[in-house]
Amino acid sequence: MFLAAALAAASLLTACRKNPRRLTEAAPSSGRPDAVQQGSLQPGPKLAAMNVTNPYEGNPFQISEGQRLFNWYNCSGCHFRGGGGIGPPLMDDFWIYGGEPQNIYATIVEGRPNGMPSFRRKIPSSQIWQIVAYVQSMKADKPIASPPGPREDHMQSSEGKESK
Amino acid sequence: MKVPARAPFARASARGATALALIAAAGCRGIQSALDPAGREASRIAGLWWFLFWTCTAVFVVVTAALLVALFRRRTAQSADPKRGRALIVGAVGATAAILLLFLIVSVSAGRAVAEPAGPNVLRVQVTGHQWWWEIHYPGTPDNRDVVTANEIHVPVGRPVLLELTSADVIHSFWAPNFHGKKDLIPGLKNTHLFRAERPGVFRGQCAEFCGLEHAKMAFTIVADPPEKFDRWYESQLLPAAEPATPSETHGRDVFLSSPCMFCHSIKGTPAFGMEAPDLTHVASRHTLAAGTVPNNRGNLAGWIADPQSMKPGNHMPPMAMPGDDLLALTDYLESLK
Repeated sequence: MFLAAALAAASLLTACRKNPRRLTEAAPSSGRPDAVQQGSLQPGPKLAAMNVTNPYEGNPFQISEGQRLFNWYNCSGCHFRGGGGIGPPLMDDFWIYGGEPQNIYATIVEGRPNGMPSFRRKIPSSQIWQIVAYVQSMKADKPIASPPGPREDHMQSSEGKESK
Repeated sequence: MKVPARAPFARASARGATALALIAAAGCRGIQSALDPAGREASRIAGLWWFLFWTCTAVFVVVTAALLVALFRRRTAQSADPKRGRALIVGAVGATAAILLLFLIVSVSAGRAVAEPAGPNVLRVQVTGHQWWWEIHYPGTPDNRDVVTANEIHVPVGRPVLLELTSADVIHSFWAPNFHGKKDLIPGLKNTHLFRAERPGVFRGQCAEFCGLEHAKMAFTIVADPPEKFDRWYESQLLPAAEPATPSETHGRDVFLSSPCMFCHSIKGTPAFGMEAPDLTHVASRHTLAAGTVPNNRGNLAGWIADPQSMKPGNHMPPMAMPGDDLLALTDYLESLK
C-alpha cells in the first residue's frame, strides 16, 4: 500500500518536469554554433561529425513558443505551415542545406541563396533554437510529445485581428 | 496611577475601527474605483449600487431591531394568537417581495440606461487584447488618419466612446471601473462597449479575466481630456516619429533598427513595422511601460530593455544584452519619441 502510494507520488512528480521552461534565457548572440560543418570534404584525417544538440528539442513548451515565433516572424509567409509554397517544405525528408539542428540554425542566421533572408542579429539565439525545435517537430517521424499549443492550430492568434 | 484595566484594549479597538473606516472610505475614491464614477454609465451603476446598499442596510437594521424586540419582549396571551402570527408572516414576506421587485425594476432601468445606443457622434476605438498588453487603434476618418497606440486610451469628455473589443490570443476582459462594468475580449468575436466620460482625469483599468502568467500586470490607462486637448493629442499621434536630434539619438535609432526590436515593434517613419508588440512611435508620451507595470521613466525604460523578464516574468520580450553605450543611446532615442 505504502509502496503504491510512493510510486504514484513519484510518477506525479516526474510529470511536473515534463515541460521545463526558464523565464530568463541567454542574451541574444549574433554568432553561430562552432560545430556547423556544411560540406563533407575536409583536409587531413577525417574528424568525427560534431553535432550540436538543440537544447529545446522535444520540449513541448519551447516547441509551442517556436510555433508562435514561426508565425510572428513570418516564416509562415513562405514556408506556410511547413508544407512549403514560396519556400521549400520543412516537413519532408529532403533538406537542401542539411536537416540537422545546427544546419537549420545556420540557415536561419545566415540566410540562403534564392530567397531565404538572413536573420542575423534580428532574432535572439534562444528564440532561433525555439524555432528550430518547432521545425524539427514538423517531421512526420517525430512523435509529438504533447499538442504544440494550448489550443488547436486554427484557433490561435491572427483570427481575432482579422475580425476587426 | 490608576488606569482602567480595559482602556488600552478599548483605545486599540477604537484606533482599529477608525483605520478600517478610513480604508473603506478610501476605497470609494480613486483612479480605479466603481464608486468614484467619471462617466455616465458608471454613475448609473454606482447609483444602483448605493441604492441597493442603503436599502439592504435599512432592511438589516429593521430585521435586527425586530429580532431584538422578539428576544426581550415578554410573551403575552396576545402574542400566542395564530392570526396575528400569520399577519406578521404575510407582512414580512410581502415586504420582501416588494423590495425584490423594486430592485428588479431599478436594476432593469439602470441596465437600459447603460445600454442606450451611441448616436451619430461616436468615437470608435478598437481594442485588441494580447498576452499581456492592449493594442489601441483609432480607425481614422476619412482615411489615413489611423492612430495606433498601446495600453493608453485617450477619450474626449462628453463624447460617446464605442470600444470594439477583440483578442489576438486568449480571452481577456476590459475593466475600467470609473467608466463602466466589465466586457470580455474574445478571439474571433467583436464585442462592443459604450461609455461617455463626464469629467477629465487619468484613470486606470485592468484585465479582469485570468489570461496567463502576467494577467495581473495587464493594465491600461484612460486619459479623459476636454475635446480640444483630445484633438491636439490625436493630431500629435498622427505624426511619424520624431527625427533624432542628437548624435546619441541617431545612434540609438541605428541600434533599434539593427537589433531584434524592429522585428516586433513598429516606429512610424522608420523601416520598423513589426506588428506583434506595442507601437513605439510615440512611446515617450505614454504614462506607463509594459501595460501599467511601471511608470514610464528613463530608469525603468533602460531596465525594461535590458531585462524585461525580471520586471514581468514570462512576457514575450526577450532580454537584450547590449553594450552600455548602445543601451543609453537607445534609451535616449526612445525617450525622444514624444
